[in-house]
Amino acid sequence: MKIPIIIDNKMVKVDRGTPVLLAARKADIFIPTLCYHELLEPYGACRLCIVEVVQNRQRRLVTSCNYPAEPGMEVFTDTDPVRKIRKVLVELLLARCSEVPVVQKLARRMGIETSELKKKETKECVLCGLCVRFCEEVVSVSAIGLSNRGIEREVTTPFKTASDTCIGCGSCSYICPTGCIEMVPDKTPGMREMHMGKLTLEPCTNHYQCENCSTDQQFLNNLKKEVTRFRDTFSRFRNQES
Amino acid sequence: MKICNSLSDLESFRDRLISERRSDRIVLRTCISTGCKAQKSSKLVQTLKSEIDRQGLQDKIEIRKTGCHGFCEMGPIMVIEPENIFYCRVKPDDASDIISSIVSDGAVIERLLWKDPATKENIRYERELPLYRKQKKNVTYRSGRIDPTDIEGYIAEKGYTALGKALSEMAPSDVIQHLIASGLRGRGGGGFLTGIKWKICSEASGDIKYIIANGDEGDPGAFMDRSLMEGDPHSIIEGMTIGAYAIGAEQGFIYVREEYPIAIEHLSRALKQAEEYGLLGNNILGTGLNFTVQITKGAGAFVCGEETALIISIEGRSGTPRSRPPYPALSGLWEKPTIINNVETFANVPLIISTGAEDYASIGTETSKGTKVFSLVGKVMNTGLIEIEMGTALREIIFGIGGGMRKNKEFKAVQTGGPSGGCIPMSKLDMPVDYDSLKEAGAIMGSGGMIVMDETSCMVDVARYFIDFLMFESCGKCTPCREGLKQMHQILTNICEGLGEERDIETLMALAQLMTVSSLCGLGSTASNPVMSTIRHFRNEYESHIYVRKCVAGVCKKLFEYVIDEELCNGCGLCRIKCPEKVVSGEKKKLHVIDSGKCIKCGICINSCKFDAVKVI
Ligand SMILES: Cc1cc2nc3c(=O)[nH]c(=O)nc-3n(C[C@H](O)[C@H](O)[C@H](O)COP(=O)(O)O)c2cc1C
Ligand code: SF4
Ligand code: SF4
Ligand code: FES
Repeated sequence: MKIPIIIDNKMVKVDRGTPVLLAARKADIFIPTLCYHELLEPYGACRLCIVEVVQNRQRRLVTSCNYPAEPGMEVFTDTDPVRKIRKVLVELLLARCSEVPVVQKLARRMGIETSELKKKETKECVLCGLCVRFCEEVVSVSAIGLSNRGIEREVTTPFKTASDTCIGCGSCSYICPTGCIEMVPDKTPGMREMHMGKLTLEPCTNHYQCENCSTDQQFLNNLKKEVTRFRDTFSRFRNQES
Repeated sequence: MKICNSLSDLESFRDRLISERRSDRIVLRTCISTGCKAQKSSKLVQTLKSEIDRQGLQDKIEIRKTGCHGFCEMGPIMVIEPENIFYCRVKPDDASDIISSIVSDGAVIERLLWKDPATKENIRYERELPLYRKQKKNVTYRSGRIDPTDIEGYIAEKGYTALGKALSEMAPSDVIQHLIASGLRGRGGGGFLTGIKWKICSEASGDIKYIIANGDEGDPGAFMDRSLMEGDPHSIIEGMTIGAYAIGAEQGFIYVREEYPIAIEHLSRALKQAEEYGLLGNNILGTGLNFTVQITKGAGAFVCGEETALIISIEGRSGTPRSRPPYPALSGLWEKPTIINNVETFANVPLIISTGAEDYASIGTETSKGTKVFSLVGKVMNTGLIEIEMGTALREIIFGIGGGMRKNKEFKAVQTGGPSGGCIPMSKLDMPVDYDSLKEAGAIMGSGGMIVMDETSCMVDVARYFIDFLMFESCGKCTPCREGLKQMHQILTNICEGLGEERDIETLMALAQLMTVSSLCGLGSTASNPVMSTIRHFRNEYESHIYVRKCVAGVCKKLFEYVIDEELCNGCGLCRIKCPEKVVSGEKKKLHVIDSGKCIKCGICINSCKFDAVKVI
C-alpha cells in the first residue's frame, strides 16, 4: 500500500516503511550519502543523510537511509540544523581523508575548501563499510571485515593475512567510493592482486576457471547475476551523482 | 523432583528455614567478593575454619561467606553477629585472636576496629560507621548478609516472595501496572521508565520474547553491578522471572563480562539452584510458567554495554551498535521483542512487588523513585559502594557518607556517570542526586560511578582523560563519534601542552553539539559530556591554559612550575634528598631552591614536604 509523505513541501507516494532517503530520491531531492547502497541493508554509519522529521508533532533528527516512511510524516532535508550537521561531518571527513576526491567534492558542495580542524590525516578509507557489507551480503563470502574499535577501526582480512575465502571477484574494489582497494594485474596470467593498505588479498585459487570450480555452480551463477545487477545499478548511481 | 512444586511448598520451606535458624550461634559474616578476595579473604576464611575445627566450635560459630559489604577499601571485612561488630583489614593471622576473643570473654579486638580519621575514635558496630549510617540499603541489603552461593539464605531473607506474590495474586498486566506506578527508571544509564518499556514489550506481537539483564558494567572503576551479581544473584534472577511472567518470555540471558569470574560463578550457581528448587525451568512453582536463564560472557568492550551492541553480541556477532528504531522492546534479540534492563533495575523489581508500588514510590524524588547504588571513589575519606535514597544531596554523600576530603584538600568537582558523564562543581553541591538534576548540571546518572576530585585535579586534563578512553572504546562505526572524539582529543592535548588557541573552546563546543545530535548510539551522543560540563563549570581553567599558559592544579607539566615558599621552608632538606633529578639545592636550615629549567615535574618534592612549602605557580 502506498502512503503519501511530504518532503520539503513536495508530496511523494511510497510504500510504507520505505527508507526516507529513497522517497526523497524519488522526488528528486538530493541528500548526501556515503554508506548507503541500494543493494545493501542500510547501515547508518556516515550520518550524512540526516534530515529532520516531524511525526506526531515531534521534530527529530534522523538518518534518512534507515528511517522508515510512515503516514502523516513530514520531512525537511535542508533546514539550518541539517545543514550545520552536514557541514561539520564533511569537515571531519575531510580532516581524515584530505586527499580523497569523493570527500573533497562533498566538501566543495558544502562550501568547504580545507578543513580547519587540528588533526589532519591522509587516510583513504572513510569506513563506510560498503566493501565489507557487499562481500558479506551480496557475494556471501565475508573475506574482509571491520576490525578494531574506535579510531583504530579498519577494513582488513581476518588476522591480516591473505584471505582464503576471497574469490577475487573485485566487488570491494569496485564499490569502494574512495578507491582505496586497488586491484592490479598480477604477473601470473589470469591472476590479479588486491591491495588494501599493506594487504594483498589472494584472488581465486582456481585461476577464474569457473566452469571446473569446486564451488557450487548454482551459487556462482547467482553471484554473477548479482554482480552484473550491482554493476548496472552502480554505474547508474554514479551517473546520477555526477 | 523439584524442591518446591507449588507456592505453598515455597512458603512452608521458608517457614522451616526461619524456624531452624539458630539464634544462639555466632556468625562471622566474611566478605569473599572481588575486593576482599584480592586482600586474601579466602585464606582468612580457611584459617578461621581450621581454627574453629581445631577447637571443636562448629556448633557455636558459623563462618558465612558473603558478598560485598561496600567498604572494600578497608577489606577484608568481617561482621560478627549477633551484635554486628565490624572488623576491617582482617588478616589470616588474626583468625586465632578472633576465635579466642569470642570463646573467652567476648571482648572486642580494638586493633581490628575501624578508626574514624575525623574523630580518631574506634567504631565498634556496623551501624555506626559513617559510610553506612546515612545509606538506605534496599537493593544491597542482602549483599554482605547472606551467603550468595546458597539459595536458602536468600529464601530465608524473604527471597522469592515477590515472585510468589506476582504468580499467585497478580495478572501480568497488574505487574506492569505496578511497575509503572512505582516510577522505577532504568539503572543502567538512560533512566527510561521500566514499566513503560515492559508494557511496550508485552503488547508487541509475537509468541517468542526475550529478557536480558545487562551486567556488562563497562565504566572503568565502577563495581556496583559486579557487587550485586556477586553478593545477591537471586535478586536479579527473581526480577527477571517476574519480568518473564509480565511479558510472556521463556528465555532470559544475563550478560556478564569475562573479567568478572566470581560474578559468573555465583550467578551460575544461583541459576542451577533456582532450577533445583523449582524457581526456574519448566512449570515454575507449579504455576505453568516456564522460564530459563543462561549466562552470556562478554569480551569486555565498553560499547558492548549499549543495548543494541549487546544484543548483537549475544547473537554471536561483533558488538557494534545499530540504529534505533526499531527499539529492542519491539525488535531485539533475533528480531523478537526483548526487554533489556540493567541488573540493578531487575533487583528493584522484587522490592516493588513485595512492598507495593506506593510504598516504593514514597522514597526518592518526584521523578526519580527509590534508591540508587553508587561507587564512591576518589579523594574522599571513605570510599566504597553506597546505596542512597534518590534526591540525597551531593554534599551529604561526599561530606557525610564519604567523610569529606582527604588531606584537608579543597573539593573541586565530582564526576558522575562514568566516562560519558560530567563534572559537577562546588556551587552545585546542594543539588539532589536524581536523573533530572544530574542531567541539568551537564552530567548523567549513568550506572552510578562517582569520582570525587580535589584542587590537585586539572579539569582540562580530566576531560582529556575521558575523551581518550572513549576515543578507543567507541566502536568507530559512525563519523561524528569516531572523528569527533579524535579531533576533541587533539584539541585537548594541545591545550594541555600549552598549544591552545583562542578558537579551541568554540571548536570543542561545535564538535560536542554535532556528536550529541548526530551520533548513532548513546556512546557518541553522550561522549561530549566530560568536555561540555568542564567548559561550562570550569571555563576559567580552559582560559588560563589557553591564554595565560598556566595549569593552576599543577597537572599539565608544561604549564606550571614548582617553587619553594621562602616563609614556609625551614630547610629540612627532604626535597633535596628525594628529588630524583637532584635539581633542588640549599643548605641545611636555609631556604631551598628548585632549578625550574631542569625540573621534570615528577611531584615528589611537593608530596614529601611536611611544611607545604612547595607551591605550584
Ligand atoms: C556506550 C554505552 C554503554 C553502556 N553500558 C551499559 C552497561 O554497562 N550496563 C548497563 O546496564 N547499561 C549500559 N548502557 C545502557 C544500555 O544501553 C541500556 O540502556 C540499559 O541496559 C537499559 O537498562 P535500564 O533501562 O534498566 O537502564 C550503556 C549505554 C551506552 C550508550
Ligand atoms: S575500503 Fe572503501 S568501501 Fe571499504 S569501508 Fe573503506 S571507504 Fe568504504
Ligand atoms: S556513536 Fe560511537 S559507539 Fe555509537 S555507533 Fe557511533 S561510533 Fe559506534
Ligand atoms: S547514508 Fe545514511 S548514514 Fe550513511
